[in-house]
Amino acid sequence: MNFLSLFVLIPMLTVGLLFCLGKPSHIRLLCAGAGIALLALALTLLGLFIQARNGGATDAMLFRADLCWYAPWNIHYSVGVDGISVLMLLLSAIIVVTGVFASWHIDPMPKEYFLWYFLLSTGVFGFFISIDLFSMFMFYEIALIPMFLLIGIWGSGEKERAAMKLTLMLMGGSALLLLGLLGLYFFHGADSMNLLTLADRGMALDAQRRFFPFVFIGFGVLGALFPFHTWSPDGHASAPTAVSMLHAGVLMKLGGYGCFRVAITLMPEAATELSWIFLLLTGISVVYGAFSACVQTDLKYLNAYSSVSHCGLVLFALLMLNPTAMTGAVMQMLSHGLMTALFFALIGGIYGRTHTRDIRLMGGLMKVMPYLGVCYVIAGLASLGLPGLSGFVAEMTVFVGSFQEADLFHRVLTLVACTSIVITAVYILRVVGKLLYGPLQNPQHALLPDAAWYEKVATATLIAAILVVGLTPHWIADLIHESLAPVTAMLGR
Amino acid sequence: MFNSCYTALVPLLPLFSFILLIAFGLRLPGKWAGYIGSVLTGIAAVAAYYTAWTYFSLPLDADGTRPAVEILSWEWLRFTPLLAIRLGIYVDALSAMMWVVITTVSLMVHIYSLGYMAGEKGFARYFAFLGLFSFSMLGLVVAPNIFQTYIFWELVGVSSYLLIGFYYTKPEAVSASKKAFIVTRFADLGFLIGILILSYFTGTFDFQTICGSAQDAAGVGGALFAPALQASFLGLSALSWAMLLIFMGCAGKSALFPLHIWLPDAMEGPTPVSALIHAATMVVAGVFLVARLFPVYALMTPGVLEVIAYVAAFTSLYAAVVACVQTDIKRVLAFSTISQIGFMMVALGVSGYGGHAGEGYTASLFHLFTHAFFKALLFLCAGAIIHTVHSNEMKAMGGLRRYMPVTHLCFLVGCLAIAGIPPFSGFFSKDGILAASFAFHPCMGILMTAIAGLTAFYMFRLYCRIFHGPYSGDTAAAQAEHAEAGHHTPHEAPAVMTAPLVFLAVLSLLTGFIPFGDFLSSDGLPHAFPLQTAVAVCSVLTALVGIGIALYAYGRGPRPAFQRMADQPNAFLRAAKNRFYIDRFYLFITHRIIFQGISTALAWFDRHVIDGVVFGSGKLTEKIARKIRIIQSGQLQTYALILLLGVLCLIGLVLYL
Repeated sequence: MNFLSLFVLIPMLTVGLLFCLGKPSHIRLLCAGAGIALLALALTLLGLFIQARNGGATDAMLFRADLCWYAPWNIHYSVGVDGISVLMLLLSAIIVVTGVFASWHIDPMPKEYFLWYFLLSTGVFGFFISIDLFSMFMFYEIALIPMFLLIGIWGSGEKERAAMKLTLMLMGGSALLLLGLLGLYFFHGADSMNLLTLADRGMALDAQRRFFPFVFIGFGVLGALFPFHTWSPDGHASAPTAVSMLHAGVLMKLGGYGCFRVAITLMPEAATELSWIFLLLTGISVVYGAFSACVQTDLKYLNAYSSVSHCGLVLFALLMLNPTAMTGAVMQMLSHGLMTALFFALIGGIYGRTHTRDIRLMGGLMKVMPYLGVCYVIAGLASLGLPGLSGFVAEMTVFVGSFQEADLFHRVLTLVACTSIVITAVYILRVVGKLLYGPLQNPQHALLPDAAWYEKVATATLIAAILVVGLTPHWIADLIHESLAPVTAMLGR
Repeated sequence: MFNSCYTALVPLLPLFSFILLIAFGLRLPGKWAGYIGSVLTGIAAVAAYYTAWTYFSLPLDADGTRPAVEILSWEWLRFTPLLAIRLGIYVDALSAMMWVVITTVSLMVHIYSLGYMAGEKGFARYFAFLGLFSFSMLGLVVAPNIFQTYIFWELVGVSSYLLIGFYYTKPEAVSASKKAFIVTRFADLGFLIGILILSYFTGTFDFQTICGSAQDAAGVGGALFAPALQASFLGLSALSWAMLLIFMGCAGKSALFPLHIWLPDAMEGPTPVSALIHAATMVVAGVFLVARLFPVYALMTPGVLEVIAYVAAFTSLYAAVVACVQTDIKRVLAFSTISQIGFMMVALGVSGYGGHAGEGYTASLFHLFTHAFFKALLFLCAGAIIHTVHSNEMKAMGGLRRYMPVTHLCFLVGCLAIAGIPPFSGFFSKDGILAASFAFHPCMGILMTAIAGLTAFYMFRLYCRIFHGPYSGDTAAAQAEHAEAGHHTPHEAPAVMTAPLVFLAVLSLLTGFIPFGDFLSSDGLPHAFPLQTAVAVCSVLTALVGIGIALYAYGRGPRPAFQRMADQPNAFLRAAKNRFYIDRFYLFITHRIIFQGISTALAWFDRHVIDGVVFGSGKLTEKIARKIRIIQSGQLQTYALILLLGVLCLIGLVLYL
């Protein structure tokens, strides 16, 4: 058994063990243990991966394993990682473990909650280690379904409607995706679902042209591609804290990762040819999300629109199809995942105390809860691209990379995307000013407690990760750059 | 010979101070946070002086220039095979001079703040942020490449944001900090795009490569800049666009018209912060950057340089006029800062390259140097006054010379320096600027001399309103009010505050005598710029006229005629008092157009149109389902009927075929 499979086995085992436990304290302990084990595993994998690469391993994917699942349709359970998936696994592990701490006192039914939570994580980890189209799709679906229950049961506000909307829209996306994947399978001679085999073989241009939009939009729905993003604000607003974290932090990355891994890698010619349509859409996402965020009054809506803008930048940079911009895209996934998870953890903490997310009803909270306030400012500064935090290096790599495309169309779009740094500053400073600074708006908030230890663990971990990315970006960029080489070679860059 | 250990200490010690105070500041008793910050900054200052001293005693190169030294180069992030961000320390005459200015003013502000901020809530946080700012500013000026400049540019922006908003429970401070950050961020967008264009065409971020090539226009420079000069957009070459956009970033940081609106509001921060950030160091970052890229501006895009001169001259005039009618003493100083930065930028704009033509360049940086000390001095004096009077308004002051003799004298030195009266430092630096302006065009020279006269007027108006005339607190009503608020009669500031004042006053008196051209000139060759007697006489006479009018009008409290002008201002004065309504114009753009126009409309569009389609498709599915449901009624007869019809259809079909 390959050790990558541990990423799937640990959460599955946790789900199994959760059935046997009853006391909330035991459940918490188990979940924290599982989360920490996953994080340790991801860090080990990172170490081993770098060691292997330095040792001269040149395969596109390392630590491969293959298990035939259903021979007639060539379905395999096939795993392997490159630098990008290693980083995504690390991101997922960080967010899963911080999510456990952020939902330490989840109520009601902690057992069921964590059960679904870890099932969802199984899907996420499985997706990132898979290199078989079918198992990838299967894990993708495993990650989507628990979301419905998690939002529908433990959510807030109009939770049933939001859960339904989110699930239906994402299911619509996966229907498109399934069509695209089947197309990929059959137009390749219907004899393999392995990503690497398919990528080596190449595909006829007209077939590529036909199926690229299916796959790209299918994954793009999850990556908040305009105009298929409206599940995001409602879904995030209603979801419980840890689910918002996992969803914005990791699940939206599944979209970007899938667009890169399947759509662009397997259909490079179509990607080059059709990129302009999607560049327009993602360019709109970037600015549109940022402008919409400026007038939101609900903290979670604000963050959801900000995510539309930031995730739009991920897809935007991917579609530039040059190594620098694509490196930036993966860095932006990482950076957005961390800081949006931090935001949602903090919003969850604030909501849990004030019982409102409306910024008009709050103000001056910095004095009341300095720890949460300072963390919120740090998250905000990361989001608006302060050097030293993760957002800056990601955005700058994206902008410098995008600017290397010399024609007028790409130039104009790049400049438009650049303006988002100003608009981001506007909405971040607006909310920080209203929420944290100024005199205390609601006297009832004066006696609220500051962060508890488990919240401190969650936020401090995320801030540490943001700092590591922001201060030492070179090894991350190298890791990504190297993994992009086979794809960019195919794209002719 | 050149010890990199000492040099690296200069920016790292303030960073260490920041980390230390953020981590443990709250647990330190009493003023320990302040002592730690001050001592570390003090060591950094000594290291900076040592660096400057060793640098300037390096032997000259064969061509007579001073070689630049680059130490500690670390490849931080690689973008493309050509472009990478290297973090490092690049010491040349310009950065060594900036280090001396920054560490000196920073140290003085640290010491002064020990007294000024005593007992203030957030004492440790204040010193932590000062450390962060000093680190960022020191890192900015030694950047070996333009991207490092950008990184630290953003960092000084955020330290400025944090320090303006230091009193974060005060709504004015919060909105001022927000305004400062967003306005400069907008300018930085231009800066970023400028960097993108420049680096795309030249394939490098490196200052040494860029500036070195510009100096060698016939050889390497031709090759490096050829693509950027050939590519054109809207009739301007790509290089001009790049340099213009980079200047936009400079204009934002250095508060040039029309991006100056944040600086007067930034006075909401603690006064020592205004002295350090918004007078002496950060706001001159724009001047610094234009000076850093001066060979490119002067030799490759002289047109852009001319634009800089006009923008700066207009800014200088505008700010000087506005400063004449402000009543908040910090606002007067803020507008005076804008006006003086205008002087520095004008000097760069009118300067040529090399030899005597480069007088403007040297004068600009000389003025930056002297201005840092006398403006910091003026702000710190203003801080001491506000500290004791508990108000920023002129009408709460008057006659304070009796109560605060040391502050009074120091302030007077500052005023004489900024007004350009010999032998104070401002006279020498301003003389160079005026001479360069006259050499550029007589009109420019006359305009700048006139602005220098205005400067003398508004500074002495300020001086008289604060220190002369009757003290407003002497009236019985005012005394009662003071007693009620727990205030006391004005008194001299403690020694920890007056010592920096005296030190800066001495600097303002002496720095004028430095032969600046020997150290800093546009082409790196030492060049002496003798005093121009005709220009000097003109400017001193103009300044004396300005001072004379101010003394006449306000020497013994405002004369009735002037008081009437202040009470019933005509349209022009009213406009000047309201800063010519520029802020309202911005408010209109941001609130009416961006927030209420674009953002609200987009948010509505998202909720109702795009989400409406999603919702509508759900409804449509439901509707269709309802219609189809009728078929599945559960009645056996209906099913049988449909079955029969189906069979008949099939039979018909078979027969037909």
